[in-house]
Amino acid sequence: MKFDIKSYCRITNKKVLLNGTEVPIIRSEEPNSLWLNDVYRSFGIQYLKFFKMDNLSKAGFLGAELVCRDVGLDINVPNKDISIVCFNRSSSLDDDIIYQQTIQDKNNYFPSPAVFVYTLANIVTGEIAIRNKIMGESSFYITEKFSPKQISEAIYDIFRNNYVNGLLCGWTEYFKDNCDVLMMFITRNNKSGKEITTELISKLY
Amino acid sequence: MIYKVSDNIISSLGFTSSENYSSVKKYKSGLSFYENMFDIPEPFVGSLLENEKINEAFSKIATKSDIEYTKLEKTAILSVYDAVSEANIDPADNSVLFIFSTTKGNIELLENNNKYEPERVYLWRSAQLIAEFFDNKNEAVVVSNACISGVAAQITAARYLNAGRYKYIIVIGAEVLSKFIISGFQSFKALSVEMCKPFDKNRTGLNLGEAAATIIYSKAEQETDLHSGTIIYENGAVCNDANHISGPSRTAEGLFNAINIAMNGIDKETVSFINAHGTATPYNDDMESVAIGRHEMNDTPVNSLKPYFGHTLGAAGILETIISAYALQEGIILKSMGFEDLGVVSAVNINKDIIGSDKKRFLKLISGFGGSNAAIIMRKI
Repeated sequence: MKFDIKSYCRITNKKVLLNGTEVPIIRSEEPNSLWLNDVYRSFGIQYLKFFKMDNLSKAGFLGAELVCRDVGLDINVPNKDISIVCFNRSSSLDDDIIYQQTIQDKNNYFPSPAVFVYTLANIVTGEIAIRNKIMGESSFYITEKFSPKQISEAIYDIFRNNYVNGLLCGWTEYFKDNCDVLMMFITRNNKSGKEITTELISKLY
Repeated sequence: MIYKVSDNIISSLGFTSSENYSSVKKYKSGLSFYENMFDIPEPFVGSLLENEKINEAFSKIATKSDIEYTKLEKTAILSVYDAVSEANIDPADNSVLFIFSTTKGNIELLENNNKYEPERVYLWRSAQLIAEFFDNKNEAVVVSNACISGVAAQITAARYLNAGRYKYIIVIGAEVLSKFIISGFQSFKALSVEMCKPFDKNRTGLNLGEAAATIIYSKAEQETDLHSGTIIYENGAVCNDANHISGPSRTAEGLFNAINIAMNGIDKETVSFINAHGTATPYNDDMESVAIGRHEMNDTPVNSLKPYFGHTLGAAGILETIISAYALQEGIILKSMGFEDLGVVSAVNINKDIIGSDKKRFLKLISGFGGSNAAIIMRKI
């Protein structure tokens, strides 16, 4: 099987790169402005639900947003032939710790459904699916560190299903102010595409 | 073809699959009423594993260990241990891969003052410790796909076997309950304070449960290589609703699509029963009835195992596949306990008693947060 990586992006704490080229982000002048909110605004995205998301979902959402725009995905029609597979190290621990604070103290006990709902790693895949009307598979896997091996295995396995024509695949890690995202938009191209190797995945990361 | 080599279930109903299965046949539930448990102000109904029983069983198999294991890890290891003994395979061999399914792992370690090192709260660390107990060196795959994890893990296992990467895959799902998980579901108003009643008009929500469940899968070249009665994994799919992060789609879009892919080319008349997710929340059960109705499978018997085990989260998809496989092998359809009067939007055939069936397949459904849905179709030879 051969593929095209139609678009890929990296989002870290300092930089956004689309297809390897840095995209300048306009930092807000407010003293405590959040980096991911600045990234959102810099791209002129209009999606108010973004501000309800936890950091992991924001990070993955932005990665998906950049590559889906870059490939011109039509988000007004159901995309049943596109799937989403994400990986990370810390699951939803960033939000888990926030939720834990709401139940830790017996005298200050206020478990919040709005926080609890994000205490699952795969919610980010749900957010991406809703935004882009992606109705194929959505899966989330956890590895100790960025694993080109498991990522490339997942890419081959997903495309072995003939109903899949596109795949949003990447590393969506966010924990304790450390943002680390690689998102790729991959399509099957047995004629002129290339093999997905662990070296290739490592290079994009 | 992908076939089930062996299995195990550890729950409050027993420490082997057979014990659990025979309890279900006797309409025995593992659910109990808990008050002041985990320091949570509201009571709940759930199925908890007794620490003493787990520790006692674990001390018999952990002879060399200088590691202090958590309840989750001990339960998972016990489950794998039993399944491996039955399969008679060497779990340390490099042709064996571990796939671990969990939603929250050791999340209770976020509470202050525990003896464990900080990295024990990471899901990959639990998976490593489980695989390392059996001296397996392959990097374990960890599936964390909310409530569908246990079925998603089996689909992943089938893909790994079909790709020829490994000879055996040990799929293990485990979940323990804590203040974190119970309080969260309570905040969602999703928990019932009585035994859950899937698909019933008086259902008021779900019960949670603790369990570990293991299936060992392998691949055979042809059906004639396998014994009569062997359980085959035929097909499976995961589909997203693209609708809401915590509520199911009213039109059951994702589950409908998942069934569609899983059942591709399979005659629905050959399906003995549908083992539903059947959590007994109003929305979930309605949505499942819509998916079944859209496939015109309204006459196919449907059951939910939640009144026996509670919703065991990352273990649920594996545990319920095993119990359903035992029923399929025996030629019966298990009773959907707690059900009296139909209370879902599409007329489905909820199975009220144990009945016989000579059909060869069952369909397992599961859905969860993040808009995810999955379906797998299993067959007996």
